[in-house]
Amino acid sequence: MSDFTLPMTRQRPFDPPEEVAELRQQASMHRMTYADGHVGWLVTGYAEARAVLAHPGFSNRPEKMHSPIPARLELVKERGYGVPRGWFLRMDAPEHTRYRKLLTGQFTVRRMKALESRIAEITNACLDDMAAAGGPVDLVQAFALPIPSLVICELLGVPYDDRAQFQEDSKILVNLETKADDVLAALGRVSAYLHGLIQRKRKEPADDLLSGLIESGELDDEELTGVAFLLLVAGHETTANMLGLGTYALLTNPDQLAAMRDDPSVVDNGVEELLRYLTIIHLGPFRLATEDVEISGNLIKEGEMVGVHLPVVNRDPSRFPDGEHLDVTRPAGGHMTFGHGIHQCLGQQLARAEMRIAYPALLRRFPALRLAVTPEEVPMRSDMSIYGVHRLPVTW
Amino acid sequence: MEIKADTTVCIGAGMCALTVPEVFDQSEDEGTVVLLRQTPPDGQEEAVRRAVTLCPSGAISAS
Repeated sequence: MSDFTLPMTRQRPFDPPEEVAELRQQASMHRMTYADGHVGWLVTGYAEARAVLAHPGFSNRPEKMHSPIPARLELVKERGYGVPRGWFLRMDAPEHTRYRKLLTGQFTVRRMKALESRIAEITNACLDDMAAAGGPVDLVQAFALPIPSLVICELLGVPYDDRAQFQEDSKILVNLETKADDVLAALGRVSAYLHGLIQRKRKEPADDLLSGLIESGELDDEELTGVAFLLLVAGHETTANMLGLGTYALLTNPDQLAAMRDDPSVVDNGVEELLRYLTIIHLGPFRLATEDVEISGNLIKEGEMVGVHLPVVNRDPSRFPDGEHLDVTRPAGGHMTFGHGIHQCLGQQLARAEMRIAYPALLRRFPALRLAVTPEEVPMRSDMSIYGVHRLPVTW
Repeated sequence: MEIKADTTVCIGAGMCALTVPEVFDQSEDEGTVVLLRQTPPDGQEEAVRRAVTLCPSGAISAS
């Protein structure tokens, strides 16, 4: 019925796999074979992607889902497809709504604006350390990872000094080739750590998000652990990769870099364009049809999987003309990098605040910033569920 | 133009408040949409339409 399977390997570091880009030129929706042989769908068109992600006839619960990634099949066999308590990302409305509403008040545009001065302090401290160390440095370790890591730790109330283990486990969890046993072990370690932290905070609350959630009395310790887990991992694997990959993209597009560095009025839109052009969410989102749904004349039957290929969707020429190019001055709003529908990224306003501060601060502090290796030597995260660079050696 | 907001389907993504802060705010407790005015200020109709398109949950409308 379909011999198309999802490619993860790219021919060029900033472009989605050619096979998927070519599919979009033929149609907006395609049959795709998942790793266990299930034949479902892959969406490559912008309008269809929005329609799927906003439609109540699709579920994000994992129980009956099929994965396109072979290594994940073993994990399903080992663990089964249950939702850990508090993992509202993998729940549907109205169960999902209860958790989401407890958290949205913590991530409003206004609250994130109030964090700007602290984000700038953290950014400047990283830049000071880089300047003192002298180049070359790995920008991921010196800048891209510590800024969002420190910010999410302070916001949640997770001690930053404990970061070594959960940063390592976070990497294990998003690595697509990790063996099932190792995924389960990492899940267990992070959950046990956060469970202990929550019990300590119950006795000694502080002025942070987790203490506030405990105080609200709405969630038990297991649910709190699940919520804290999602926020901590999401806070580590997203903005960090945008800062690393985004800087790499700017370094290889000097005119775009100059605009982001020299023109403050470009920065907000430039961040949206980097989000669109780079679309670090290169695996999914996936949904399961819970009823027959027709999208653009295609009948998706109950029980069928639908994957949305966001990197290709974000270059749909009907929505973003000339979308193959990075142009920090194009109107980039409406990109789908944060998703769409009820699961759209909870932390997106935090991510925006971090990027709007961090990119220009880096480029202005080190106007001569450049790669310390050839572009071909930059190791790309094709093997991770969230794209980016493993390392970015730079000097100035 | 008349603007409407439905807090029961709002998921607090904040796109409206980011796009047209003169019209949309977010509540302190739940982060859900708060309508500051039911008609747009002069010259903001287009921005309101953009906010309606950007809303991920269909919680705001303009007619």
